[in-house]
Amino acid sequence: MKLSQLAQRSGAWLKTEGPLAGIVISSRIRLARNLAGYPFLLRCDHQQRLEIQEFLSQQITTLAAPDNLEYINIDEAEDLDRQLLVERHLISHQHAKADGARGMAFSASETVSVMINEEDHLRLQTLQPGLQLDQAWQDANRLDDLFEAKLDYAFSSRFGYLTACPTNVGTGIRVSAMLHLPALKMSGQIEQVTQSARDMRLAVRGLHGEGTQAVGDFYQVSNQRTLGASEQQIIDEFKNTVVPQIVDYEKKTREKLLAEHAAFVDDKVFRALGMLQNARTISSEESLDLLSHLRMGVTLQRLPNVQLETLNDLFLRTQSAHLQQIEGRPLTAEERDIARANYIRQKLSQN
Amino acid sequence: MLCQRCQKNEATIHITEVSNGEHQESHLCEQCAEADGTVVKSPATINQLLNSLIIAHSGAAELAGLTCPECGISFLEFRQQGLLGCPNDYEVFSQALEDLLVRIHGQDIHHVGKVPARGGNRQKKHVELLRLRRDLAKAVESEQYETAAKLRDQIKEFEQR
Repeated sequence: MKLSQLAQRSGAWLKTEGPLAGIVISSRIRLARNLAGYPFLLRCDHQQRLEIQEFLSQQITTLAAPDNLEYINIDEAEDLDRQLLVERHLISHQHAKADGARGMAFSASETVSVMINEEDHLRLQTLQPGLQLDQAWQDANRLDDLFEAKLDYAFSSRFGYLTACPTNVGTGIRVSAMLHLPALKMSGQIEQVTQSARDMRLAVRGLHGEGTQAVGDFYQVSNQRTLGASEQQIIDEFKNTVVPQIVDYEKKTREKLLAEHAAFVDDKVFRALGMLQNARTISSEESLDLLSHLRMGVTLQRLPNVQLETLNDLFLRTQSAHLQQIEGRPLTAEERDIARANYIRQKLSQN
Repeated sequence: MLCQRCQKNEATIHITEVSNGEHQESHLCEQCAEADGTVVKSPATINQLLNSLIIAHSGAAELAGLTCPECGISFLEFRQQGLLGCPNDYEVFSQALEDLLVRIHGQDIHHVGKVPARGGNRQKKHVELLRLRRDLAKAVESEQYETAAKLRDQIKEFEQR
């Protein structure tokens, strides 16, 4: 398959609305695993890296045959293809930028993806729309079991699954939820939320994970603790306490804003709509900010003619690699801003 | 504001001295203040300072010199780059790591999650494989192809077990 085809469609998982879709964009589970009998990647020489890549890519596509995973050699992929995979959350920014033998594989629905030779030999990720951590865990656990039937993982009874960085050791699990929190941002309460999340040993990051800014009012919340608690305990805490609390806080803030400052909220929403419907050139930052206001307007039922699905699609496909893949050629920054404005106007006029 | 002394660099250090009830202000750049003896530039980066603190705090400066026989990484190297060299490091550095693990994961640092279906206690085999692969890489590097061929056979045999 040519990766440019990916850019022609939204992620399948973005089309269905999961529970609490107004605020929770997606739920994600990631498992970190390493092959026993090999050094971690830092200490692998060129030959060992290659061996691991070849072995894992072959094993994984075979063991998960029913999932029909498509394998991509990242080391040999085009820059634009790598960036496209980052924008779709299928690989990390670090994986795209790194050097040496490495790869990835993903399912057609994009709910399953694996990275080979990122920080660990193997990273398995599952994704679901809305708050559906149980479903994401079920998928991850099923695949992990399939792989484990054939692969020998580095494991100790005391420290669990052994990982290159001790921050992942034990279960190797990273549970995360992508949250859209415009009202908390607008009312200046977001700092309080991120601070108390950090106090609970949670990490709060931007749209593309580690080291990224919280653009478009998107925040990715994930667990830090991976050792000393079971996978189920970590997931339960997330789905029963952490996420519902933040969601509730955002909801109440939205209601309060609407009750006390309806004109202010509508002004934000409809100005955003006006700008997006008329802009002839628009930067990625500006479009993210405006789309964020629009998204809030839709979930507060201020914009009956715009669908959440349309906005999810816009968030995804107005990113720079997507625009270039859609156009079928590399674009300069100026050309991208024009292409972005055109794409948004066209999409919004269809509604 | 320019540095009073050299009149070239931006003044980043501002000092107010009070003597006999009189305030005297001076504005200096970092270099001039250093030459003056007003400030002493730290030779270590913050990271290095933190690392030495952590190592001193774990009560075992000798841990810094601890080295894994399988992958050759020292505890200090690990602290500097944040990543371990091989699974065996968890055994070699276990004492030094405990402190760090508590800080990351909380008081309870015994694994209670999933256990691989296969495996059980295969650690010995895995360490042996690590050793064989390390020797193989060395043999290839020094062009000892006969030794390398033997090691490859041994690795294959080991993997079958």
